[in-house]
Amino acid sequence: MRISTRFKAATAAVLLTGALAACGDAGSDGDDEPKVDAETVDEGKFEEGTYMATLAEQGTVNVGVKYDQPGLGFKGAADDIPSGFDVEIAKLLVADLGIDPQDTAKVNYEETISDNREPYLKEGRVDLVLASYSITDDRRKEVGQTGPYFVTGQQVLVKADSDVASIEDLAGKDVCSVTGSTSIDRINESGARGVGFDSYSECVAKVLDGTVEAMSTDGSILAGFAAENEGELKVVGDEFSEENIGVGYSLEHPEMCEWINGVLTEAFENGDWADAFERTLGPSGVETPEPPTLDACPA
Amino acid sequence: MDPVLNDFQPYLLGFAYTLLLFVFAGVLSTLLGVVLVAMRVGPVAVLRAAGATYVTVVRNTPLVIIFGFFTFVAPIFGVKFGWLDIRIGDVVLDDLFGAAVVALSLYTSAFVCEALRSGVNAVPLGQAEAARAIGLPFGGVLREVVLPQAIRASVPPLASVQIALIKNTSVAAVFGVAEAVAQMRSFTNNFSSERTGIFIMFAIGYVVIVEVFSFGATRLERRYRVAT
Repeated sequence: MRISTRFKAATAAVLLTGALAACGDAGSDGDDEPKVDAETVDEGKFEEGTYMATLAEQGTVNVGVKYDQPGLGFKGAADDIPSGFDVEIAKLLVADLGIDPQDTAKVNYEETISDNREPYLKEGRVDLVLASYSITDDRRKEVGQTGPYFVTGQQVLVKADSDVASIEDLAGKDVCSVTGSTSIDRINESGARGVGFDSYSECVAKVLDGTVEAMSTDGSILAGFAAENEGELKVVGDEFSEENIGVGYSLEHPEMCEWINGVLTEAFENGDWADAFERTLGPSGVETPEPPTLDACPA
Repeated sequence: MDPVLNDFQPYLLGFAYTLLLFVFAGVLSTLLGVVLVAMRVGPVAVLRAAGATYVTVVRNTPLVIIFGFFTFVAPIFGVKFGWLDIRIGDVVLDDLFGAAVVALSLYTSAFVCEALRSGVNAVPLGQAEAARAIGLPFGGVLREVVLPQAIRASVPPLASVQIALIKNTSVAAVFGVAEAVAQMRSFTNNFSSERTGIFIMFAIGYVVIVEVFSFGATRLERRYRVAT
């Protein structure tokens, strides 16, 4: 009797999941974004006791991404899932665990801002961070970081009719970026004056209304804004810094590093990486570069 | 804590901006607050209504929105502070600083007005009547008789308002002024492993400023008490 009740419950659960999945499919029919499908996880794919095995078994995962960086991690008011290059790479990782990256019931794309990425990883609130997360020695003291899956550098965004050709032309002048970001420090080091706002879109507003002559941050982000305001804004100058964007994980699960690197290497080789790049950063005019060289995992 | 101690200059520079914002906005908000309270307790109905409306609107609006108005909306209508460009060493007081001072002053003045009004209400009506009886005009009644007593009564609430202002200057961090909180965020971004120490260092900075200010306010309160 007891067994049969369980059997009924299990059947009901399976049917219900099927129905929900069908609903999910119906909802995303209109999207032209290619779906990243969950891979089937064979028995023994992840070694017993590894965190990947735990995640694959529980079937849910929390991923920290940015919500406010067009092209990298951006979530509009009406979006279920954020979009961007960071998110696409996150989907590849999630899919490798055998979890459907489109299913928000299983994958929680938590917003992580710059200040809470390390605390969230340490508390276990998120399992992975892909939030334009520059790899630095100081951060590696606290959390695991591997990659980079993307190398970017800082450029300058000015009005289309501006004479400014590079950051050197802006010495002593106000250049906008996000308060407390690495970009602000680089601006100050270059001789210009970094003025901080809450988000990059606010900086765009300040450049457009002429209060601030230029803004500066990673070229990929600027390209997105230049494309959004075509004819009004342009990206100028060479990259004057180098940021290595990597994946964050908790130091409690060092085994994740090899797995992340494995998934990234596979994506580099089978073209998924380049494909994700073209779909997210391609439209704003950034050329798809060669995949970067991954750091070796700490032994 | 070490990152801050090893690189103390940004810390000092940050609090220099915090203090400057406080001094400018503190003085301007007090002046404007006095004008507002004069309007609110004055005999002219239109001014009374205008003062009350101002207090209602500004006091009920979050400071961030007022900041946003002066940094994002006002420039569209041509209200810019581009003429402001004072450079003293590393400290640059530019248009963004100007917008911050204006936002903070307008916001705080509503609270100054109400703090003063509570003091005015504490002055017995007979005082104003007596002042009128000896032939003083409204300005004289206010200046010579009512306000001196009202200010004494409102030193504690006024001090609270100004202390709130000291801490409110931190909103300017995300409106282009590199004050203490903005510097703190740079520190926590670069030295994420030292976050707690950095928070404590910056909290100490604010505590010191507020303590110095409230020490002054307490002394003032005591002196006034003797005089009455």
